[in-house]
Amino acid sequence: MSTPLFDLTLTEEQRMTREGMRKLVRDSLFPQSREADDAAKANAQLLNSIAGFGLSLMPMPEALGGVGMPRSPLSNALAVEDLAQGDISHTLAALQPMAAVNALMDFGNEDQQERWLPSMATESFTGAAIALAEPRATFEPSSPATTAQSADGQVVLNGVKSLVPLAAQCEWFVVVAAEKDEVSAFIVPKTAAGLTIESQAYMGLRSAEPATLTLESVVVPEADRLERFDLHRLLGLARIGQCALAVGCCQAVMEYAIPYVNERKAFGEPIAWRQSVAFMVANMAIEIEGMRLMMLRAASRAEQGLDFHKEAYLAQLLCMEKAMEIGTNGIQLFGGAGFVRDYPLEMWYRNLRSIAVLHGSLMV
Amino acid sequence: MINLELPEKLTQTQQMAQQLASGVFRPISRKYDAIEHCETPEELKPVAQMMAAMPRGGGKKGGSSDSIKNGINMMGILGVEAMCWGDVGLMLSIPGSGLGNAAVMAVGTPEQKEKYGKLYCAMAITEPGAGSDSAAVATTAVAEGDEWVLNGEKIYCTAGQRCDAIVVWATLDKSLGKAAIKSFIVPRDNPGVELVRVEDKMGLRVSDTAALAFNNCRIPKDHILGSAEVGDTEEARKKSFGGVMQTFDNTRPQVAAMALGVARAALEITRDILEKEGVEADYSKQPYNSTALELEVYRLEADLEAARLMTLKAAWMADNGQPNSREASMCKAKAGRMGNDVTLKCVALCGELGYSERTLLEKLARDSKIIDIFEGTQQIQQLIVARHLLGLSSKELK
Repeated sequence: MSTPLFDLTLTEEQRMTREGMRKLVRDSLFPQSREADDAAKANAQLLNSIAGFGLSLMPMPEALGGVGMPRSPLSNALAVEDLAQGDISHTLAALQPMAAVNALMDFGNEDQQERWLPSMATESFTGAAIALAEPRATFEPSSPATTAQSADGQVVLNGVKSLVPLAAQCEWFVVVAAEKDEVSAFIVPKTAAGLTIESQAYMGLRSAEPATLTLESVVVPEADRLERFDLHRLLGLARIGQCALAVGCCQAVMEYAIPYVNERKAFGEPIAWRQSVAFMVANMAIEIEGMRLMMLRAASRAEQGLDFHKEAYLAQLLCMEKAMEIGTNGIQLFGGAGFVRDYPLEMWYRNLRSIAVLHGSLMV
Repeated sequence: MINLELPEKLTQTQQMAQQLASGVFRPISRKYDAIEHCETPEELKPVAQMMAAMPRGGGKKGGSSDSIKNGINMMGILGVEAMCWGDVGLMLSIPGSGLGNAAVMAVGTPEQKEKYGKLYCAMAITEPGAGSDSAAVATTAVAEGDEWVLNGEKIYCTAGQRCDAIVVWATLDKSLGKAAIKSFIVPRDNPGVELVRVEDKMGLRVSDTAALAFNNCRIPKDHILGSAEVGDTEEARKKSFGGVMQTFDNTRPQVAAMALGVARAALEITRDILEKEGVEADYSKQPYNSTALELEVYRLEADLEAARLMTLKAAWMADNGQPNSREASMCKAKAGRMGNDVTLKCVALCGELGYSERTLLEKLARDSKIIDIFEGTQQIQQLIVARHLLGLSSKELK
């Protein structure tokens, strides 16, 4: 069999999903993002609209209420990019369940899938999330401070997990913890004794309602250990998700800036007629193109079952640095107006900084 | 279906070019850096014969069928990238690989392609008074009987000394602006063509860069590339110059590919040197938990990879008949600055070993600079991209 050709064409299904998502972005996701950010509260209707695309249902077995399609990191990444063009916060919050379901599909056994997935098989928003990040500088996912100690068929978890979107609405979490020489993951229900959820305010992602989970001697049965857990895969797929968030939002910054610099006049002509302004826009387009292709390459390798660790790692590095450059230049192009909350630029700036600090949450 | 891996038929091309680069170019890279102003290196002659037997890139767009193509433009990218990993100056010195060849193949008549396609054709655009502003060309072409008479001065003409023929840009009537600029095929030994000098350069030393003078240089009427007509409407004039400029949509990704090759070479050498010092850079720690050296290597690799994919995309669009003017300029802008940045940082990362002539790093850093200049500078590419995005004309966004 000959190897597949280099190709950047979407499948018919991906194209149709893209149309639907762009419509949602135009009609409600972007228009309602500011109000939700001000209120630091997710808009339930938006969460349900995003859930309506059924991204969590896709890989779930039919018997459990899902669609039973093969896992598709690439289609997920495209969806994240499209939605993030409307709002990073709602995209991140609304797609946590997708990430959690993906973790159970990739790392869980049949018994775990049967116990934890049917409640997620809805077309309205039902919360679940991966909890990996910890509130600490130099945090390294391969050596979390959260610990797991097993004895007598039970596991005791201790530690603090942060940046978990909409944690208060989650039914269960995938908690990543250090155990002897390895890193393991466990399903922890929201009702577990010793688990407290506290909201935490951040620079951005406000309407995603991120929270901190504190686990004090939380006990889970051995049966809720994800036996096939692969931290590398989780990190890689989440990096692709973060890249897609960055690409979508950066595209929004650029598309919002173009008409503004063409209309805004200074010294008697549109500021877009000045190279110092025009080149900033050109550089946005150039870097976004690179970011997008890096993200797509990592995603398409994951889709094909090829190793994608390095590709996702480099994509994430490029995206987190370039996205912030684009975010800050977005405000710069608008001058004082960019700093004022009448415009979305300052919100995008605050949200884009998160790409460098998120860990393992948006597993595509 | 989205797939950014290369199919086997392209990786085979890549491997062949890579073998040529490591077997022929690399071993003589330093030698010819030291011998400036030589004749075509003997080592390149068999290479030229081999290349003449291969299908040639240039203006060919993909066919009209719906199926996706990975064709001659993508193959060109991979070939150029691999050869420039070996040595960019040597690649430019392969007889028959001139920019003029691309122009002949893109817009020439069947007769012109037959006669000049297989020769070594240089391209002469730049003049002392016209660099990036190629519409300011002052060399004149006047029709006299069944001949064109060319007068003017050209500089920075790659292969202007060693070529067989030169594609010369000249104006039929300076008062008509861009639309009157045409290109002409002038045999190198034609009376009236004078080699004024060959430049001494910082890098790309083996490649000859010539200043040429045309004094009442007479060539047959059929040596014009494209039509001799000057449009009588603004629209027609724009189109005719646009036609000349379109050649660049195909050649810019090829030039971007040069930067990819140079940068990859520098990064590989740097990684080898750093590994001897115990620097692993194995993507195991979060970027900001890595050492400064590791982080810098990651950044350079990421930038190279971004530029590589952008270049492949622009070529893929050309292969599939999609207009790619914006993407061609975007990849040239990105790759041009990336190549320069990567090679310079590699010198710094390797300290004395990078700066000395013990390794090729310092040479790569000298060679890389011109790639962000020729075939449209960084700033010209940004102008083109910005005009596309903002919907502005060259009068509005100057």
